Amino acid sequence: MKTIIRIGLKALALFVVFNLAFALTRPVPSLGRLSLYNSVFPGRQRLPWGENAALAYNLTLNNLNAMIASHEIARAKAADEYRVVLIGDSSTWGFLLRPEDTLAAKLNARNLMAADGRRMRFYNIGYPDFSLTKDALLLSRAMRYQPDLVVWLVTLRSFPIAAQSHALTQANSQEAQAIAPTRPMTSVTATDSNLESARRDLADLIRLQLYGVMWAATGVDQYLPATYEPLQRDFDNDDSFFNLKQPLSEDDLALDVLAAGKRIAGTVPLLVVNEPIFVSAGRNSDIRYNFFYPRWAYDQYRELMLRQAATQGWRYVDLWNAVPPSDFTNSAVHLSPTGSQVLADQLAVELGR
Amino acid sequence: MNLAHIFVFTIIGVMAAVFARWRPSLWSIVRPWVMLVVSVVALFWLQPGTPIRNLAFWLPIASLVFTAGTWAITQKIARAELRPTMITGLVIVAVVMLMALLREVELPFTFLAARPPSELLVVIGLVAGIGIVLLMGRAFNLKPRALTVGIVVLIGLLIALKLEPITALLSTGLRALNAQNTAEASARDLSWLGFSYIAFRLIHALRERQNGKLPAMSLREFMIYVVFFPALTAGPIDRSERFIKDLRAPYSAEAADIASADALRRTLIGIFKKFALADTLALIALNEINAGQLRPGLWAWVVVYAYALRIYFDFSGYTDIAIGLGRWFGIKLPENFNRPYLKPNLTQFWNSWHITLSQWFRAYWFNPLARGLRKPSLHLSPVSMIFIGQASTMLLIALWHGITLNFIAWGVWHALGLFVHNRWADWSKTRGWAETLGAWGRLRQIGSVIATFHFVAFGWIWFALPSLDLSLLTFRRLVGQ
Repeated sequence: MKTIIRIGLKALALFVVFNLAFALTRPVPSLGRLSLYNSVFPGRQRLPWGENAALAYNLTLNNLNAMIASHEIARAKAADEYRVVLIGDSSTWGFLLRPEDTLAAKLNARNLMAADGRRMRFYNIGYPDFSLTKDALLLSRAMRYQPDLVVWLVTLRSFPIAAQSHALTQANSQEAQAIAPTRPMTSVTATDSNLESARRDLADLIRLQLYGVMWAATGVDQYLPATYEPLQRDFDNDDSFFNLKQPLSEDDLALDVLAAGKRIAGTVPLLVVNEPIFVSAGRNSDIRYNFFYPRWAYDQYRELMLRQAATQGWRYVDLWNAVPPSDFTNSAVHLSPTGSQVLADQLAVELGR
Repeated sequence: MNLAHIFVFTIIGVMAAVFARWRPSLWSIVRPWVMLVVSVVALFWLQPGTPIRNLAFWLPIASLVFTAGTWAITQKIARAELRPTMITGLVIVAVVMLMALLREVELPFTFLAARPPSELLVVIGLVAGIGIVLLMGRAFNLKPRALTVGIVVLIGLLIALKLEPITALLSTGLRALNAQNTAEASARDLSWLGFSYIAFRLIHALRERQNGKLPAMSLREFMIYVVFFPALTAGPIDRSERFIKDLRAPYSAEAADIASADALRRTLIGIFKKFALADTLALIALNEINAGQLRPGLWAWVVVYAYALRIYFDFSGYTDIAIGLGRWFGIKLPENFNRPYLKPNLTQFWNSWHITLSQWFRAYWFNPLARGLRKPSLHLSPVSMIFIGQASTMLLIALWHGITLNFIAWGVWHALGLFVHNRWADWSKTRGWAETLGAWGRLRQIGSVIATFHFVAFGWIWFALPSLDLSLLTFRRLVGQ
């Protein structure tokens, strides 16, 4: 019995010491830099994100270091490489698309050459959900990997002030705050940021490394269901958008984040692309283009973006109707493989200019 | 068993050890009762849920009826034994009724997989169960034919539970009986906690009674032997005479101290193997979904290796936990694994993998068959006798896991492997290779371990997947196609 008590006390002491050390040092964000990707496993073609880890061999985590370290962008840049970074929402990330069907993959398949003769290599730094601040946050990380060009695919849904808060910006609130200093940034609350959540973060980090085996063995990084609910084509008689009032003003949108993105890119050229949306011909389509956008808001947004691009000196291209309605999958911005190809063709033309 | 189950069982074990230290003589009296009550409760607590109404409650009762019924036909019941037998029966009935009464209580945690049926139904079920057991004891006690019928019934039930079309049919019938949607009937509806192990212990008892070797056991002892809670979910399959010796051993403070330390050590090792290693490896181990997604190349090998390690750590982890939990109560359950992946040939592998199952089949199939095949009238050569014996044993071991083409392929794979090894061992012996010593011998030993591990690991490709096509595809991926 004494042995058991001794073992129990030792175990308790070790438990307390380890947890205290863990709580004091909070090592998980730094540990994220240590990655088996790009050495033991091939780097991921898109950032880790997944709703069903067991089937997607992928998971959602908010450790920016770990996310980037698992991505192929973290590998050394080849001498003849012209590095192009694509940032954006789930459309750019490639929701419901296999890695070889994403926009970045379709562009890579074209073997485009830059004006200086270097081979253009596209990196998918898109990440699900709409938030310009989240995009800018990822851009700031991607800038560490020597891009030669940044392509930022945007859509109106990412612009409203209310859309800026994202799990990534909350978990990395200091960095996000630096992007938009004037706006109060929501951060992870003290109750969410406890020892238990830190341990979960550590477990996620380990799982991300383990799933590297499955990524290497299968090339699967997203669960693709056999069927999915197609996007909505008929709408209610409703022209609301984020409780915003007509006309849409610059103050309604986080244009400062777009400007911050330009600052983050620095001397690296930035191309802003208004990404394609689904244009419905269904019921009440005279009021709404799609589930996301009433016509008034989206039309005014396009005009506003054109004006902004001209005044701010952005390189801007509006590809809002570049993809036919039949090439959208389950939402007004998610493209089918064919839609992805169409967009890649259009972008390739733009990049060739 | 999940971590919560293991934690609760360990707490009970620690309390038992403390109580035993405090009141050794009282503990000797109380111990079997505690083991009986905890085991019966565990039957209900560990039983997984099923979509068929109330089945999760009836299956543990059926386990109890089968066990008591087998006891009734295998044990000579003396008049003096009637009183303790009745007390045991009453204790079991009381525990079952207590489980049934949970229907009326809102617990803050999930204890049973589903709400028990009404108390009246449970009483009717119990009366029927007791009636069956009494009838068996009165009409068939020690009757040789009854013993054979008992074995046939248990084997028939095992086949029914492991053959999908029959299980689906049973599920349809049970759903119809409950006025549930029969279109949703599935073979998975009938997940009966530990029945494979319970049935093998019962068949062991029936066969040993036929051989006249079954020790005399009270109903309480027999119940504890068959449904002992640590060994319910994943064995091991102990032998009754060995188990009873532990159960009847007098309490010794010194032995109990050693056992407690061992219990804790084995349980912790088991938890680490199962919940840290096996569950982590499960993320990257071969399964029916990722098998179809594998790309040719080295990473496919890693996925197969991960499965081989996962199944070992999972199963041996559970065995460690079972052995550890048993030790708290003074029961030294038999080992089921002995470093199987470090064995230099397949024969040794099968002597160290799921040892108690192999021993069971050796005792009740291979040895009797070998004796039968040796009859001069059959004119069989020693080689064909070996082949028939090994192949049929491996096939039966495979079918015990499930009656599917893939399990059969796994059995055939190992049968051929064992036969080839047997022939090779004989052949190399005649050339004096078996005794090679020195560096060459060591190298050969290492090579044999690696080759055996790979043979076993490739065998798991049949075992892990649901179809031959998927298994063959996986083999193609391994060779780069």
